[in-house]
Amino acid sequence: MSIKERFEIPSGFRMWSLGLMVAGILSLIIGYFVYGTGDEAHQIRFWAALLQNSVYFLLVVNAAMFFFCAVTLAMGGFQMAFRRVTEAISASVPVIGGITFVILVSLVAGHKHFIYEWLDKEMVAKDPILNGKKGFLNPTFFIIWTTLTIGLWTVLGMKMRSLSRELDNHPLTVEEGKKYIFKNTVWASLYIVWFALTVASTVPWLWLMSISAHWFSTMYSWYTFASTFVAGIALITVFVIYLKNKGYLEYVNREHLHDLGKFQFAFSIFWTYLWFSQFMLIWYANIPEETTYFRPRFEGAYTGVFYLNLIINFLAPLLIYMRRSSKRNYATLTIMSVALLFGHWLDFYQMVFGSLVPDHVPMNLFDFGIAAGFVGLIIYQTGNVLAKFPLEAKNHPFFKESIIHYT
Amino acid sequence: MAIKRFVVGSFDDEAVLFPAVKKVRMAGYKIHDVYTPMPIHGLDHAMGLRETSLHTAGFIYGITGTATALSGMSYALVYDWPLNFGGKPHFALPAWIPITFELTVLFASVGMVLTFCYLCQMAPFVRKHHFSLRSTDDLFVMVVECTAKTNEAELQAFLKSAGASDVHTQDAETGWWLGTYSKNLPPVDKTKTILA
Repeated sequence: MSIKERFEIPSGFRMWSLGLMVAGILSLIIGYFVYGTGDEAHQIRFWAALLQNSVYFLLVVNAAMFFFCAVTLAMGGFQMAFRRVTEAISASVPVIGGITFVILVSLVAGHKHFIYEWLDKEMVAKDPILNGKKGFLNPTFFIIWTTLTIGLWTVLGMKMRSLSRELDNHPLTVEEGKKYIFKNTVWASLYIVWFALTVASTVPWLWLMSISAHWFSTMYSWYTFASTFVAGIALITVFVIYLKNKGYLEYVNREHLHDLGKFQFAFSIFWTYLWFSQFMLIWYANIPEETTYFRPRFEGAYTGVFYLNLIINFLAPLLIYMRRSSKRNYATLTIMSVALLFGHWLDFYQMVFGSLVPDHVPMNLFDFGIAAGFVGLIIYQTGNVLAKFPLEAKNHPFFKESIIHYT
Repeated sequence: MAIKRFVVGSFDDEAVLFPAVKKVRMAGYKIHDVYTPMPIHGLDHAMGLRETSLHTAGFIYGITGTATALSGMSYALVYDWPLNFGGKPHFALPAWIPITFELTVLFASVGMVLTFCYLCQMAPFVRKHHFSLRSTDDLFVMVVECTAKTNEAELQAFLKSAGASDVHTQDAETGWWLGTYSKNLPPVDKTKTILA
């Protein structure tokens, strides 16, 4: 049996990714002239869509990075058969990170106080709550921290990928293998520490929660992380199934897909746990300064989005992924993965728009166009990286463990 | 249950056991069970056992827990004795979720443990026949059921040729009965042996 070592990009694949990117750029241009140059309400609409989509897709591709670093630290072997796919997805972090950086910096440096109200210095001086948060919510810290965040994700990601690729033509002896695993562990743990300081704590507060600067929730970052991690696993699953259907990744079998299904199932429940803990405490305590966040979402314009979010991201995975057979079925996995990717996009939508446009849901083709642009970019970049390097990390010490993986 | 006749083959190694299980099944004999000192991955597939439905039972227990919690709280707090807790609605679903969750988990876990014990016929003050006590230590024991058509000598020779280190015949009760493992086996009445 000959193994197809390299991914050859089919013409349809390229056409679709380019088409989606063109749709994204067209939406951006049209959106700029329709909304971006208008009055404040229109500008909110324009910048909020950019903020939501760029941050969501950045955190999703970054979750693929988190996935393989976390599994490396746990000495996991099962993911080796499709590890190159997760690496290829994480190679989008520098590209989307760059776009997100430009958007965030133009929000802050461009003084878009209608998105981040803490940018308005006069108002902050008069407002005791915002004044108290000045040390954290100020333009200097925002830009420095954002630069560090995206920069270190990029650097550590490149290091992890190059560590993986240096084995391609270089089989290891047992001693070298031990050293290699140790080196991998060190770099992966550096990434995990930085991940904990960014995605798992400060970055969602800074980028998203500070939209409603008076309100706060310590659970917010974990909730955001869970959201993007589920979506990240769903993205990995979609790519693995696509490659499987094209006849690549011969070593990946139903056991590996079952594990990805289990991850999606488990972290959907984890997401619900965090989402509910945040909601229920605020609902129960009923303190006005906290309930302002849920007012438009729970019993306002966003009620439909609120329940749809719960149905797609909790009820559907709970009931559909509960059965073993559905976690091992290509069709259900694909449908559920796409649904979860959309569901968590919707979750981010209500996070951003529920605070900025609380009186109605302004969702239209513009949002989907921008999202399509990012989807196209991820497909394009991942396909390119997949095609550039071998699909199997066949010299990795844990590779055999992944082939004989059986549950 | 009934007392049946079994041919018991003991194997020293699981590497011998696996092909033997396949051969015995191919030859058309009915494997009663295989007893091993530790769980062996893939043995259930080799024996052709169906997927357990324990998880379906777990799901039903879980739903029962959910229904119990929700109906119990609804009855108490909405119908029987409505109270005003800080202006919350009487049907305060978000506040009930933690309790509902706990009862779901409790019902599912306790129910599944009891069902598992029932399926494996394990309980306090109840015992089952052991074909070989060494199957709890170092021996892999395959038990083949005899029918009226089975030629015992032939089957014994067949197991020997498949690699069994020891082969013998036992008449044994297949079900469980009240009693403890500290006491002796119940008397086996050979005249009652049924060859189905």
